[in-house]
Amino acid sequence: MSANQLAESLLALSQQEELVDLPKDYLLSESKDEGDGDGERKHQKLLEAISSLDGKNRRKLAERSEASLKVSEFNVSSEGSGEKLVLADLLEPVKTSSSLATVKKQLNRVKSKKTVELPLNKKEIERIHREVAFNKTSQVLSKWDPIVLKNRQTEQLVFPLEKEEPVIAPIEHVLSSWKERTPLEQEIFNLLHKNKQPMTDPLLTPVEKASLQAMSLEEAKMRRAELQRARALQSYYEAKARREKKIKSKKYHKVMKKGKAKKALKEFEQLQKVNPAAALEELEKIEKARMMERMSLKHRNSGKWAKSKAIMAKYDLEARQAMQEQLAKNKELTQKLQVASESEEEEGGAEEVEELLVPDAVNEVQMNVDEPNPWMLRSCTTGTREAATEDEDPEQLPEPVAHEVSESEGEERPVAEEDILLREFEERRSLRKRSELNQDAKPAGSQETKDSSSQEVLSELKALSQKLKENHQSRKQKASSEGTVPQVQREEPAPEEEESLLLQRPERVQMLEELEKEEWFQNKELSRPVLEGHWSEKTPNNHPDAPKKKKNEQMIDLQNLLTTQSLSVKSLAVPTIEMLEDEMERNQRQMIKEAFAGDDVIRDFLKEKREAVEASKPKDVDLTLPGWGEWGGVGLKPSAKKRRRFLIKAPEGPPRKDKNLPNVIINEKRNIHAAAHQISALAYENRASFAWLWSRI
Amino acid sequence: MKVKMLSRNPDNYVRETKFDLQRVPRNYDPALHPFEVPREYVRALNATKLERVFAKPFLASLDGHRDGVNCLAKHPKNLATVLSGACDGEVRIWNLTQRKCIRTIQAHEGFVRGICTRFCGTSFFTVGDDKTVKQWKMDGPGYGEEEEPLHTILGKTVYTGIDHHWKEAVFATCGQQVDIWDEQRTNPICSMTWGFDSISSVKFNPIETFLLGSCASDRNIVLYDMRQATPLKKVILDMRTNTICWNPMEAFIFTAANEDYNLYTFDMRALDTPVMVHMDHVSAVLDVDYSPTGKEFVSASFDKSIRIFPVDKSRSREVYHTKRMQHVICVKWTSDSKYIMCGSDEMNIRLWKANASEKLGVLTSREKAAKDYNQKLKEKFQHHPHIKRIARHRHLPKSIYSQIQEQRIMKEARRRKEVNRIKHSKPGSVPVVSEKKKHIVAVVK
Repeated sequence: MSANQLAESLLALSQQEELVDLPKDYLLSESKDEGDGDGERKHQKLLEAISSLDGKNRRKLAERSEASLKVSEFNVSSEGSGEKLVLADLLEPVKTSSSLATVKKQLNRVKSKKTVELPLNKKEIERIHREVAFNKTSQVLSKWDPIVLKNRQTEQLVFPLEKEEPVIAPIEHVLSSWKERTPLEQEIFNLLHKNKQPMTDPLLTPVEKASLQAMSLEEAKMRRAELQRARALQSYYEAKARREKKIKSKKYHKVMKKGKAKKALKEFEQLQKVNPAAALEELEKIEKARMMERMSLKHRNSGKWAKSKAIMAKYDLEARQAMQEQLAKNKELTQKLQVASESEEEEGGAEEVEELLVPDAVNEVQMNVDEPNPWMLRSCTTGTREAATEDEDPEQLPEPVAHEVSESEGEERPVAEEDILLREFEERRSLRKRSELNQDAKPAGSQETKDSSSQEVLSELKALSQKLKENHQSRKQKASSEGTVPQVQREEPAPEEEESLLLQRPERVQMLEELEKEEWFQNKELSRPVLEGHWSEKTPNNHPDAPKKKKNEQMIDLQNLLTTQSLSVKSLAVPTIEMLEDEMERNQRQMIKEAFAGDDVIRDFLKEKREAVEASKPKDVDLTLPGWGEWGGVGLKPSAKKRRRFLIKAPEGPPRKDKNLPNVIINEKRNIHAAAHQISALAYENRASFAWLWSRI
Repeated sequence: MKVKMLSRNPDNYVRETKFDLQRVPRNYDPALHPFEVPREYVRALNATKLERVFAKPFLASLDGHRDGVNCLAKHPKNLATVLSGACDGEVRIWNLTQRKCIRTIQAHEGFVRGICTRFCGTSFFTVGDDKTVKQWKMDGPGYGEEEEPLHTILGKTVYTGIDHHWKEAVFATCGQQVDIWDEQRTNPICSMTWGFDSISSVKFNPIETFLLGSCASDRNIVLYDMRQATPLKKVILDMRTNTICWNPMEAFIFTAANEDYNLYTFDMRALDTPVMVHMDHVSAVLDVDYSPTGKEFVSASFDKSIRIFPVDKSRSREVYHTKRMQHVICVKWTSDSKYIMCGSDEMNIRLWKANASEKLGVLTSREKAAKDYNQKLKEKFQHHPHIKRIARHRHLPKSIYSQIQEQRIMKEARRRKEVNRIKHSKPGSVPVVSEKKKHIVAVVK
């Protein structure tokens, strides 16, 4: 029943001045008896009704409205008084008496006490007990879990698991009956007693014990930890010293000594500023050391090494230098040390020495660290070196390239060629970059620089084409086509210098066309994967129509299908990325590409398969006996006729099952007899042990 | 001039005494030994074959009882002493090294239902069909003394089993209820009941010694806590459990020998699924006992055989039987983990080796080394089909063999039926019940 409903009904009542329509029936029936006469009663009833609306006290109170003979003792109405009848009120006498107050209190107390709940039945109680007990017990039992787990997992258990240690009886128990008898013994024991040395328990003297007791636990712990640490440090230091001592390199020791000397000197300087007296002492020490050295004649030319060097000095420049160094050292040491100011000079010298000490390798390594790809260290350094040279003289760049090309021509080795080609690409790219940068810097840019750059490019391209021409000298090349190349190029760079890819394009296309003319696909030299990748990289993008079709016609061969697929993927991916990323990343990418140039999985697989096929082919048997029926000896071969006669050709076996499956190798050599002894299936729980087994076998 | 010379440490090639074996310098590079694995394989094969050749587990038969052997007990301190109770009320004490009976007591009228030794080994307890619990001295009576029990407790009902506490002077009997007795009193300290069926065996947990397990003929296993004097939990299985045995190394693991030919290993904290169901027997399993290492247990069955199971495997690794051995009623694994004893219907106690092909007696160091090497080889090549076949092969009496076949067919038929039922009913309406859960009827808290 909501509050606003009540409010509405109240409002209606006050307006009509009579009880008309309250939702409850009993109110209606009652109000009919009464009539409209007295408003007070009605009001009272209304209040009662409202109070009964709260739901708790819905019970209809019996009411005596008329006089009757039958008066129920249970239904005592308190109507009219405005309150409900309370039990205590009935007990109350008309006039108050103190004697009944106690009874009232008792009554109140009785009423305030709640009834005790019924006990659970026995079954329920037992069940609860059992559950509680079970939980407790399983908790107790789970303390064994780690031990059980450990026992289950150990590879080997040796019983009894814990051996009884033999009990060692304390010495005082053993020696209780024993007494010193001889005078010597007595003397010894006297001494011991005097010094309070432990007689029976040999570990701690009373003093030590007392000191231990004096220390609190934390202190003792800390002290122990400190000691342990110190010991550990000492052992580390010792180990280090031992290690260093074992190093055989003389240079290392020399460097170390020098470093130490320098450090000492520095410290000495410091000391001089802070504490002059101590510095003087130090100085004396240094002087003494020098004297000792002087006396030992270490740096005279009397040692074995010095003698040998003296002999070698005539012929060997290095040896001569070493001699001179030695002499200088000798001089320096034999000079008498007098003033502190001299040390400054020495310090200067030392600095120089130190500069010398820092080996070149260190710098090199530093340079390498900057590079993103650590595998490429070697080629990287060469690259950086080249870059350095480029920075120095950008104008003279094409010449060394040409030089290199000529060199490589002399060598004629394919790998070297490939290398050089790659480097050339690299250089060209960097060159392009630089030209772009120049343009950015000076948008109005002098014509000269532009010209020069284009000149460079031209010359470089010329060199390249030259080289290529030479490469394919064996093939016929049309002079006209060669003539067209430079013309096209000459036109290109001027209008579109920003589009870097364009620069290389026409040449390449030209070349490809040429090659196609010359039946490029039959050429075996160029079938190296990297090169192929580069070629096919450009072709589909630039000329999607004609050459591609040609290719498709020619390349529908299962063997080749595999390789071409992989290459096409490469070609799609590479140029777009190159366009997007900046120089550093491109460099890195390039490097990674170079690093993995050899990792052609598909080609490897094909190779493997080829090898497998070769291996499975039946072999010819050669029965020729060299020297039989003719002269024999070193360098003499049996005649061809004889060889032909005694060669038994193996019959060609059945065709391989994987002949038409390019991406499968089917091994046809499975030994059925051995298979019976081999493991074919394995139960699930044995898999771990199986893995273990095969790691062992 | 400095002359460089080869210098060798004689310790590396000179023997200390002439009785030492010659040191053979060896290069273990596997590339130099291409035939290592085949050679080892052959050795493993030979070792496996020899193992089967030497597998003669039966050691001795102790005869003397005039009725079937109903119960066995080990001496806690003496490996050679074994006690046995027979169906005619006779208790015999045996010396295993001499393989002789050293003492005979007519302990009860009717069956000796249970026998157990005190943890100190000075006395033992028997219960019989004559409603008595009797405590006997381990040593025989002196000259002129009568053979009399130390104490006799007259009970109101028949006791069917007894077990002694592992540390205290307390023992437990079972019958109508589980009673915990103090040795000094004639009335039980406490009695624990749960249900009204008779309880067939009661066992103390060897690690958490206040725990007890019992099995009753109304198919249930009940766990009790002695300290709180209350039962803990009850699990009801498909069929009656005959005995249980606690794992001596793992406090919460016990194995129950069931009438339905299986053994169930339970973790007592999770009774709703057994940890493992061990099935190989073809008839009711009557008794079970753990090896002291807790890695294996042996079970005695009504099918006239005993089997050894690894705790974590559901199939047995060994089966022992002889022509003359009838229904095996009780079995015990000796405390040195080397032997197994079983008492059977036809009045004999048999002694078996726990490892069938083990050589008894002292081994020389070379024998020991060879044994270890062969063991390792067998382990390494155990999955290879030929070796596996040889290692697994056992001869069985025809009755057991044919029963195995028969039961395999029955099981397969049941499985097929279940598969078909699942296949032809609405998906999800027929639940797939795992083998472990299949045999558990209910767990009562």
